[in-house]
Amino acid sequence: MSDPTVTSGCCPLRCFRRRYLLSPALVLMILFTAMPEVSPGQEQPIAFTGADIITVTGPTYEEGVLVVQDGAILAVGSSRSVTIPDNAEVVDVSGKVIMPGLVDPHSHIGEGDGGDRSSALHPDARILDTINPRSDTFRKALAGGITSVNVMPGSGHLISGQTVYLKLRQVNTVEEMLVYVDEENGIYGGIKFANGTNPMRQPPFPGTRARSAAMVRALLIKAQEYQARMEAAEENPERMPSRDLGLETLVEVLEGRRIVHNHTHRHDDILTAIRLADEFGYRMVLHHVSEAWKVADEIAASGYPASIIYIDSPGGKLEAIDLLPKSAPVLEDAGVDFGFHTDDSVTDSRLFLRSPAFGIREGMSRQKALESVTIANARQMDMDDRVGSLETGKDADFIILSGDPFSVYTRVEQAWIEGVNVWDYEDPEDRKFSTGGLNVYQGGGYGHHH
Amino acid sequence: MPGLFCDFRILFTLLILIGASFATVTAQIAVTGETVYTMEGDPITDGVVLVRDGKIEQVGPRDAITIPDDYERYDAAVVTPGLIDARSVVGLAGYYNQDHDQDQLELSHAIQPDLRAFDAYNAREELVGFLRQNGITTVHTGHAPGAVISGQTMIVKTAGRTVEESIIDSTTALAITLGSTVRNHYDTPGTRSKGVAMLRQELIRAREYSERRRDADPDKHPDRDLKLDALADMLEGDIFALITAHRSQDIMTALRLRDEFGFPLLLDGAAESYLLTEELSQANVPIILHPTMVRTRGDTENAAFDTPAKLSEAGIPFVFQSGYESYVPKTRVVLFEAAVAVGYGLDRRKALKALTIEPARILNIDERLGSLQPGKDADLVLFNGDPFEYTTRPIHVIIDGNPVYDYEQSSDR
Repeated sequence: MSDPTVTSGCCPLRCFRRRYLLSPALVLMILFTAMPEVSPGQEQPIAFTGADIITVTGPTYEEGVLVVQDGAILAVGSSRSVTIPDNAEVVDVSGKVIMPGLVDPHSHIGEGDGGDRSSALHPDARILDTINPRSDTFRKALAGGITSVNVMPGSGHLISGQTVYLKLRQVNTVEEMLVYVDEENGIYGGIKFANGTNPMRQPPFPGTRARSAAMVRALLIKAQEYQARMEAAEENPERMPSRDLGLETLVEVLEGRRIVHNHTHRHDDILTAIRLADEFGYRMVLHHVSEAWKVADEIAASGYPASIIYIDSPGGKLEAIDLLPKSAPVLEDAGVDFGFHTDDSVTDSRLFLRSPAFGIREGMSRQKALESVTIANARQMDMDDRVGSLETGKDADFIILSGDPFSVYTRVEQAWIEGVNVWDYEDPEDRKFSTGGLNVYQGGGYGHHH
Repeated sequence: MPGLFCDFRILFTLLILIGASFATVTAQIAVTGETVYTMEGDPITDGVVLVRDGKIEQVGPRDAITIPDDYERYDAAVVTPGLIDARSVVGLAGYYNQDHDQDQLELSHAIQPDLRAFDAYNAREELVGFLRQNGITTVHTGHAPGAVISGQTMIVKTAGRTVEESIIDSTTALAITLGSTVRNHYDTPGTRSKGVAMLRQELIRAREYSERRRDADPDKHPDRDLKLDALADMLEGDIFALITAHRSQDIMTALRLRDEFGFPLLLDGAAESYLLTEELSQANVPIILHPTMVRTRGDTENAAFDTPAKLSEAGIPFVFQSGYESYVPKTRVVLFEAAVAVGYGLDRRKALKALTIEPARILNIDERLGSLQPGKDADLVLFNGDPFEYTTRPIHVIIDGNPVYDYEQSSDR
């Protein structure tokens, strides 16, 4: 039954990581090879001076200083409190605004896919295996100031597949874009669940909401049994159950090592998603939650974070007709940990900052608006120890803006990831991804509904 | 296009008059604004707009106008004329996005100029109310792009319980589409050239019909044909050809057709217009530009956020539209589309013009709409700040002198 050559929990990707990614020297080598035009590693510190620096989790420093080195933040603070190293390259960005690189927790850039029509449940399908790292959609996201993203398969299945957390480094392979959230187990993203009408269709898909919940519960119970058999084997390869890629993944979910990103619109579907997560004890982010404003207290009491979307008008699909922009202030008042996502191409990555700005228009606080595109979303991807705020020791992922992040007159001027300038409005080859135009966007990555 | 040639339009004028008598013209209103964009010359700082009997009575600086005691007072940071959406499908396409509320495209045949927009318009559609709350007081709406000729368009106010109460112009244009989208909906045409051939054949028939129906000898008049009636109206210059064309080759085809048949042309969409600024300048054709945030795929894959700025620099007249979306957002909001254009280099004043007086002019409704001028309809939007900023919003909307939206009282707060 069991395959003695395979040990519990080991997946090909984890082996890949162990072989290639644990060596910083190799990482540097890859960077050298892939991007000869940038200085790798930033051994020489770079100090940005003169800009208003929005740290998000701490103060906003007027005319502050940000020092980055070796891909990380060396120091951030007021000009009085930060000592600029003697060997630093000093970049005067007076009049600009620096804030953390934006984190988009739900996007469909990268031209990936997920499960097929053979089943409504595909926990084994990895979007990782389908990403085109050269996709122009990644450049589009950078143009909007997005530096980290959760790329997800669609919502046409109860479980459409594993998602992948990426940094939009300008590289040749998807491996170089990965952000490991669980290095020990090689988990590189979450998993996409959906309820409501999107996964409902002809068999083998569910035809009703009750069947939808039953199918997910049945599979999770199988995963619990699989988990029990694995535990009973006590790491004895002879006694291990034969490998099942889908159940292995769901065990990661049950053990809280892989976060469920649950597409859900209607208030009752939101509560069903909460009910299932409570039953099986997994970690979950509620995505879209169009009718969140109707059940904000229930969401708050559940403790699950939420990720909402701003759409320019109501309607378009029945279960989202009550998607109202007031969800943002209502969720804030209820104490829900929430942020915005683009769901690109549902909304345009280039204009991600519009979403929190419209949140402010509806009454949410400016601080919450800042968090809603940075640290709140990093938490939803277990990346908040690395990105989402400007703090010493965190990754040097930040954007330079021409002004107030929430003003229509402001543009994203530069995006930096781990101390590397990956997007620059002054470079026409980058700028064109902000404006669009002839042969800039080739239509890649579009075509499904949410 | 205003101008009463057909019986049904006279009927509609009567209906409008009846409708107007039902409209609840209430108190007289005095609107004060820190900045009042009249769209007739420079904005007025600390301006006043007096409204009486649904019309604008007086406009000027605070110290030059005496506000009568019995006028209801409204105050705002910024006051503009009611915004005009120059091309929409709202009211035919509803927010449920189900078969029962999608009347914007009839799939039985690719050429249906006889389809009247007002026979399908739902004045109480949620999306109409949504646009009203966002300061859109007038919409040029009707049949969607996607057919060789999908049907007629019309102009309505976003107030009114019935189409009769809402209507400004019953028949404004015939909606014609060039490009690759038509083949998605019909077996034929399956190519661009076949679509143009079918259109030209129909226009040649209509030209003959037009000549015959104008013959001095009534015996030579043709039997009524609703399709040819509408096309003849267009060839005679009474209504526009609203031609949706995004690719540069489709835009040039639109100009070629106009030169061949001499109809009044509104160029719709025009995603690649920035490639043809010279030709479009010479052609002197107004552009109802695609929504700035249109998705970059299919015929619009080369759309750019800075096209409004480029057209403006080239001196080419253009206005904003909400367009058609098959999914979300089910309607766009021209104010938001203009805001992104401003963010990408379009002059703010020009953006405001392209939301007010410019669409009024190109749609031939500027005698009533598009600017704050005594005698014009009292359609006003009161903002709590810069109209283009994401974080500001309309706080009051007034249509025909009636306050139709008050943010403080609205249910979606």
